[in-house]
Amino acid sequence: MELTLWTYEGPPHIGAMRIATSMKKLHYVLHAPQGDTYADLLFTMIERRGSRPPVTYTTFQARDLGGDTAELVKGHIKEAVDRFNPEALLVGESCTAELIQDQPGSLAKGMGFDIPIVSLELPAYSKKENWGGSETFYQIVRNLLKDYSEESKQTWQEEKRRPRVNLLGPTLLGFRCRDDILEIQKLLGQHGIDVNVVAPLGASPADIMRLPDADVNVCLYPEIAESTCTWLERNLNIPFTTTVPLGVGATQDFLRELHEVLGMEIPQSVNESNNSKLTWYSNSVDSNYLTGKRVFIFGDGTHALAAARIANEELGFNVVGLGTYSREMARKVRPAAKALGLEALITNDYLEVEEAIKETSPELVLGTQMERHSAKRLGIPCAVISTPMHVQDVPARYSPQMGWEGANVIFDDWVHPLMMGLEEHLIGMFKHDFEFVDGHQSHLGHLGGKGNQNVNQEVKTTISSNSTTSNADPIWTHEGERELSKIPFFVRGKVRRNTENYARQAGCREINEETLYDAKAHYKA
Amino acid sequence: MSGATLLKESGPREVFCGLTSIVWLHRRMPDAFFLVVGSRTCAHLIQSAAGVMIFAEPRFGTAILEERDLAGLADAHDELNRVVKNLLARRPEIKTLFLVGSCPSEVIKIDLSRVAENLNIELKGQVTVLNYSGSGIETTFTQGEDGALKALIPLMPKSDQKKLLLVGTLANAVEDRLISIFNRLGIDIVESFPPRQSTELPSIGPETKVLLTQPYLTDTARELKNQGAEIIEAPFPLGVMGSTLWIQAAANSFGIQKSLVDSILNPLISRAKQALIPHVEELSGKKLFLLPESQLEIPLARFLSNECGMEIVEIGTPYLNRDLMKAEIDLLPPDCRIVEGQHVEKQLDRVRDSSPDLVVCGMGLANPLEAEGISTKWSIEMVFSPIHGIDQASDLAELFSRPLRRHDILNPKTLTSN
Repeated sequence: MELTLWTYEGPPHIGAMRIATSMKKLHYVLHAPQGDTYADLLFTMIERRGSRPPVTYTTFQARDLGGDTAELVKGHIKEAVDRFNPEALLVGESCTAELIQDQPGSLAKGMGFDIPIVSLELPAYSKKENWGGSETFYQIVRNLLKDYSEESKQTWQEEKRRPRVNLLGPTLLGFRCRDDILEIQKLLGQHGIDVNVVAPLGASPADIMRLPDADVNVCLYPEIAESTCTWLERNLNIPFTTTVPLGVGATQDFLRELHEVLGMEIPQSVNESNNSKLTWYSNSVDSNYLTGKRVFIFGDGTHALAAARIANEELGFNVVGLGTYSREMARKVRPAAKALGLEALITNDYLEVEEAIKETSPELVLGTQMERHSAKRLGIPCAVISTPMHVQDVPARYSPQMGWEGANVIFDDWVHPLMMGLEEHLIGMFKHDFEFVDGHQSHLGHLGGKGNQNVNQEVKTTISSNSTTSNADPIWTHEGERELSKIPFFVRGKVRRNTENYARQAGCREINEETLYDAKAHYKA
Repeated sequence: MSGATLLKESGPREVFCGLTSIVWLHRRMPDAFFLVVGSRTCAHLIQSAAGVMIFAEPRFGTAILEERDLAGLADAHDELNRVVKNLLARRPEIKTLFLVGSCPSEVIKIDLSRVAENLNIELKGQVTVLNYSGSGIETTFTQGEDGALKALIPLMPKSDQKKLLLVGTLANAVEDRLISIFNRLGIDIVESFPPRQSTELPSIGPETKVLLTQPYLTDTARELKNQGAEIIEAPFPLGVMGSTLWIQAAANSFGIQKSLVDSILNPLISRAKQALIPHVEELSGKKLFLLPESQLEIPLARFLSNECGMEIVEIGTPYLNRDLMKAEIDLLPPDCRIVEGQHVEKQLDRVRDSSPDLVVCGMGLANPLEAEGISTKWSIEMVFSPIHGIDQASDLAELFSRPLRRHDILNPKTLTSN
């Protein structure tokens, strides 16, 4: 039993719903009690979808349990097929139905429909949402293509046509998938590569049947598509790319990998530095202040890994924390963290993540909506880079994360919160000037203008909590505190920590004004 | 009874389960904690329905059952014990802990009452541990509050004091306002259940007169009656008329002179009616369809038809308690169609066929209907908004007129030249 307050991932059948709702002409009969229908609002509210998920919930009740729930399930399956007339049917159960073992999948298969029926077994008490999505996509592809017989498939060169690829993995409730696939399609178009099928997002079962027409699969979101890509490689001999084109460097690597797998010559344009504005903006002189910014990264595996690379190599940040809630991706995240001299944080306890943020006192947090809330509480700028997300992370405007334009979006999304931080500092600096209107607030609201009082309060509370922690800890004198409070809040945490470390090393019992400057000199030396 | 047509329907439903009540109950009693014993689905549901994650450590959580908890029940009980103790060590401010049953915990028959009993013995009054079910196989949405309140009743002290007890969660400001009106009528002792602190439970006895503020408290009302309290029959305090009848019913029960009641309520009534006018102009003659969810559908329909002139197409209700709803149904216009239960697909067919101007529905259905050009109102808003009482009638009406007004702003009628 695990105590959970807020959770990063839903149960595995939510992953299945994401696949079903992403696709067309597919229907999902979910053996589940009425409360499970809440899942519809994830799509209609977070993504503002104008149509209901194609899901029929059996909504069995306690009084049904004494009777024949199997008949109830069959009734719902028949009605769903009659009403929605899908090209293929998914049948599965949620956590409660798993316990009563009606085996709805087998029931559906025995009903004599002439459409493919995909039976889903998603263990609700051990697996989670992304796993459920991945497994569902894999089962759909495997079931629909299991009888596919390969007649001597020819390469694109032999057929004298443009190469074509499948884009696999984008789903609803994924992070910016809608725009990513447009961006990648555009990018591939520029290189003379056609897109055969995009799936699951927007694909029908008939489209899934066309997957084998592609020369290569592009695995855009490994959380969802890696197991499917592996199966297609093993059984249908379709190779797949493993680089996720998030960031300038990764987009270049992705293009090189794809050209190589397709047997194409790598064009020189891939290496040019003006594909994305990120490269130049990052070189622009005003970006000097980005150097060494402490950044804490947490999210799904794919986005956290990509963020670490972009932060480290393309923006010149200092990654002080890296982690994921996805146990399936831990294997990849651990070495990436190690390469940055860090230990990966693998947890689904957001309070543990919040603690880690506090400890590393970053200047920017890149995380999920959980970290956005934590960062807000801690007064640290934050950008959301990964699911779980909220309605504000589904912007109306085109804002991909992948490809060249994705890198542009990332530059803006990550750097603007920092610039806002700088603005707060300026507000603090100028607040004694007579032109300054008291009560001015920037978007960080609680920190701006009048809110500077809060900052001072925060200083005091941290001081008092610090002084109670242990006798060995140095004590801040009044002068020390006052000097510390003059330091811009976004570096104050770092200065505090450095000074305390220095004081401890130097054996100082108390920290006064001079200790602060001693520490400053010590760390600069 | 009026000429309302009562129908029953079964099929796929689209409603929340009783766990959702936690979203407002935890705010009502800030010293209580609601621990759902369930699955990741339960945790995900409450988080999605609540929508706000501003609390670092909210006053609700889920003890998520894992594979090994399903294997042996004895272990599951021990595990729950362990989780509770960890929680209480971390959150010493908790005074009342509700163990909330869910679909999976009910199906595998975890005996929460036994766990609660054992914990109460161990904790020796430091924290009171209670249990109730919010499972979707037994309860819908607001019924969760019914369960939570029923679980508190045995702890209520006994007294012979003559008093009015308002039962059902109200917004604090509305509650204060209603109490002050009762005080003006000469009813001096007015208490609320649930209280604002879980440890400050009102007393109960034969002189307690209960006035229900919410229509979903079937079990709570029955249990209060068993404890000797008198349940005052009345419609619910929504709209001018409903609220007036509700206050008058209490006044009658306390033997207060009609002239006093009139002299206090009449100014409020005329002021409230005045405030309603602009909304009535917008709502009058518009067609309303209510899908089942909050259990407030019948009182809302009564208000919107009688006081705002809306035409009722259909009133859906998750379940129908004819005793508690009698006063409401009597006030409905004749030939009103009330459908108990749901077949969501057939019901949506009827929505489309009747092309209503406004549909009251859950959050999952609202945007799909909006996309079809049908204005909607979330039913969950009714349980979060201060809508009870005479003074709130225009605010309540505005919840319904605003979507219509918005629809008109965004879809201006094109002027035809003639």
